[in-house]
Amino acid sequence: MIDRAVATRHLGTAASVLVALVPLVIVAVFFVLPVGAMLQRGLWPEGRFAPGAVLDVLARPRTGRVLWFTLWTSTVGTALSLALGLPAAYVLHRLRFPGRAVLRAVVLVPFVLPTVVVGLAVRELLGEGGLLGGLGLDGTPAAILIGLVFFNVAVVVRTVGVAWEGLDRRPAEAAAALGATPAQVLRTVTLPALRPAIVAAASVVFLFCATAFGVVLVLGGVRYSSVETEIYLLTADLLDLPAAAALSIVQLAAVAVLLAGVARLRRGPDPTVRRLPAAPACPTRRDLPAIGVTALALVGLALPIAALVAGSLRRDGGWSLAHYRALGGDAGGLLPGPVTDALTASVRTAVDATWMSLLLGGLVALTVTRRVRTRRARRVRAGLDALFMLPLGVSAVTLGFGFLIALDSGPLDLRTSPLLVPIAQALVALPLVVRTLVPVLGGIDDRQRQAAASLGAGPLRAWTTVDLAAVRRPLLAAAGFAFAVSLGEFGATSFIARPAEPTLPVVIYRLLGRPGVDNEGTAMAAAVLLAAVTALVVLAVERLRVPGTGAW
Amino acid sequence: MRMRAPITTAAILTALSLTAGGCSLAGGDDGGSDTSADGTTITLVAHESFELPKKLVADFEESSGLTLRIEKLGDAGALTNQLVLTKDKPVGDVVFGIDNTFATRAVDEGVFAPYAPQLPPGAERDELPGDTDDALTPIDSGNVCVNVDDAWFAKEGLTPPASIDDLTKPAYKDLLVVPGASTSSPGLAFLLATIARYGESGWQDYWTKLTANGAKVVKGWSDAYYTDFTFSGGQRPIVVSYDSSPAFTIDEATKKTTTSALLDSCYRQVEYAGLLKGGKDGEGSARSEAGAKEVVDWLLSPEVQAALPTSMYVFPVDERTELPADWAAFAKRPTSTKQVDPAEVTAQRQTWIEQWNEIISR
Repeated sequence: MIDRAVATRHLGTAASVLVALVPLVIVAVFFVLPVGAMLQRGLWPEGRFAPGAVLDVLARPRTGRVLWFTLWTSTVGTALSLALGLPAAYVLHRLRFPGRAVLRAVVLVPFVLPTVVVGLAVRELLGEGGLLGGLGLDGTPAAILIGLVFFNVAVVVRTVGVAWEGLDRRPAEAAAALGATPAQVLRTVTLPALRPAIVAAASVVFLFCATAFGVVLVLGGVRYSSVETEIYLLTADLLDLPAAAALSIVQLAAVAVLLAGVARLRRGPDPTVRRLPAAPACPTRRDLPAIGVTALALVGLALPIAALVAGSLRRDGGWSLAHYRALGGDAGGLLPGPVTDALTASVRTAVDATWMSLLLGGLVALTVTRRVRTRRARRVRAGLDALFMLPLGVSAVTLGFGFLIALDSGPLDLRTSPLLVPIAQALVALPLVVRTLVPVLGGIDDRQRQAAASLGAGPLRAWTTVDLAAVRRPLLAAAGFAFAVSLGEFGATSFIARPAEPTLPVVIYRLLGRPGVDNEGTAMAAAVLLAAVTALVVLAVERLRVPGTGAW
Repeated sequence: MRMRAPITTAAILTALSLTAGGCSLAGGDDGGSDTSADGTTITLVAHESFELPKKLVADFEESSGLTLRIEKLGDAGALTNQLVLTKDKPVGDVVFGIDNTFATRAVDEGVFAPYAPQLPPGAERDELPGDTDDALTPIDSGNVCVNVDDAWFAKEGLTPPASIDDLTKPAYKDLLVVPGASTSSPGLAFLLATIARYGESGWQDYWTKLTANGAKVVKGWSDAYYTDFTFSGGQRPIVVSYDSSPAFTIDEATKKTTTSALLDSCYRQVEYAGLLKGGKDGEGSARSEAGAKEVVDWLLSPEVQAALPTSMYVFPVDERTELPADWAAFAKRPTSTKQVDPAEVTAQRQTWIEQWNEIISR
């Protein structure tokens, strides 16, 4: 009997090593190898180790300016996203009013829109002729901040809102009964309980801000450069690989430090997994400030989208559906087929990216939530957890170029494989999937598994009845997000060699790259179509009402 | 809770059937078209904007017996740099879309195998200066020029600028928008036009005055043309665009174009094709090298040359090609342009962009 228990445990260890090995190998091949190859070209130009060039780059005054600009815009962008997102999280997740589900989905749409589209929409608004053109914000750091916040409010609302929704109300009610004012309750009970979620949201928003590429490029004009756009310029345009390597190393180090810091802050019991979802309350007079901020945030998110929709419906000064009818054509020979074909191509790519990221993310989540006994095992687990978040901190151009020089021989010569695009997109969506699944898997009480085992269930049976049952819906929610992210992904996609069939964001980009009013109108119509499809996917996820979804 | 289980199951089943039913790239490959009559597949690497009618490609495959695979890699700059990085193991057999601002970098790195096809009349003028090894073949060209919204100037009762020298004058304050030289290819071409015109000593002065006169610098051509240019509803009637752009601004009532290009501000951009040394399958594949040559010949054929304006918005190098009616009528081209030597562009690009960045950031 004892022998059998030992054998089972060994078998379990072997299985979990295997489970950890698959994502490790994949991340090694499709992330570490390509990025390493690019860094190697920078640090070992002509085969000799020459870190001098890298150090020289760090001493350039321009590098300092770029680093400082990235740091301060990311910090302010994060603060603004929190300021708008926290009240919105409360209103959209804690209060009851009609249309709540739709609003929640609307908030998420900007996050998955391609940056080309967001840039176009925001500039439509802030440009010299736009509705807010009088403010003169176009091409200033303020425009960049608006773009960053537009993208990232969704992250805060989602992450914090879901935690808030599941927060046990009794401590707050007890505090109120003992005479605490609402402000005191918020400060001493609610906010501390939400701290892990807020820290998680803030860190992810900071990461997204610091690595934002399209937004800075489109909205910042050319005067302002962040680390990410600078790496792009140095690699894709100037081929100054030592300089690009220097900045990439700085970026990776900063991301690693940030992730480690967040892991420390998040240690300890996460109250968001002990969920006691209470029914949302009716809004009261006290909620007015929060409702006001939320309304402001919603208007801010809706304006650029409205400008986009209006633009797609206008032709020759009148209202018309002509641009939508043009989606069935090939833009006068500019595209290989109708725009609707591109939507099909996008969907096919997204399907692949989704199953890949789910498979990978599922295995990663299983690994990092496994109960371990020794301290070393815990360290290994934390290291793995951080490793799978690192793709967030690497520039798309580095990854795309890295694919080309690293995956060039034998069975790994995937450089022109049609699967490379979904693989890259799966890597982009991976942190999202992992962060959706981990809290749920981590929140399963081990005693449930033990109970199943003591009732005679084998490991597989115990896993299906306990783990799988709990994780089924979060898995679907993660699938929805991965799908939406893949639909809108453009950065990594544009640096990968791919066969003729373009995806919808690529088509939009291409239509915008040519003169002609009809091309612009068709691009806007295509952008609206993309936004609508994305919103539908997000809305479907929302309907699943998954607990813990989006705790990135 | 119980009620939702069927929905979940249905969703999982839908997802599975989507994947299995060819709704994925893995499931629905292109029908094994990789095998042609003699089994040779030629991979053509191109930039993002490459596009030709499907029928032309099919006709070429049928007449040559080759299978043409088209792979697209970023913009012209990213394409060139990726070819340089992968020169030992190219991703394809032949490339289209290297332009004259990036060409010498790739030529110097030895990316190309020599090939000198019979050039159609008119193409000689676009050959890459200093390309003694026949590395690149010109396929199409276009000029980046300052465009003026004549309709706007007429409406305001103002005189439009006649030369780019005028753009620094107070009369044209706050009227110009340009795409950035560091972030867009027409932006770089315009910078080169000013360097060619005002010389190494004068261009910085010109840009300083331009900036002081309120020139707006945006990221890309589409931002400048679609957001800021008055023709598209913006506030600025002078924009850096192409010599073909006036063919797309035709007034529906008068059937005439409402914009024009300043022909003394132009910089000629030429796009080349070339054989990639070694080819996708490595050395010794004579068959794929012969096929790659056929692709270059095809790009110079009357059919492809005639399709270039509508498919890629560029002018064919073959001067015999008949242009679309609007192009023939309204896309006025400069008779000659001042150019910067491509080798000098490669050597000086980074310095010039940094200096330019300093000037416009002041």
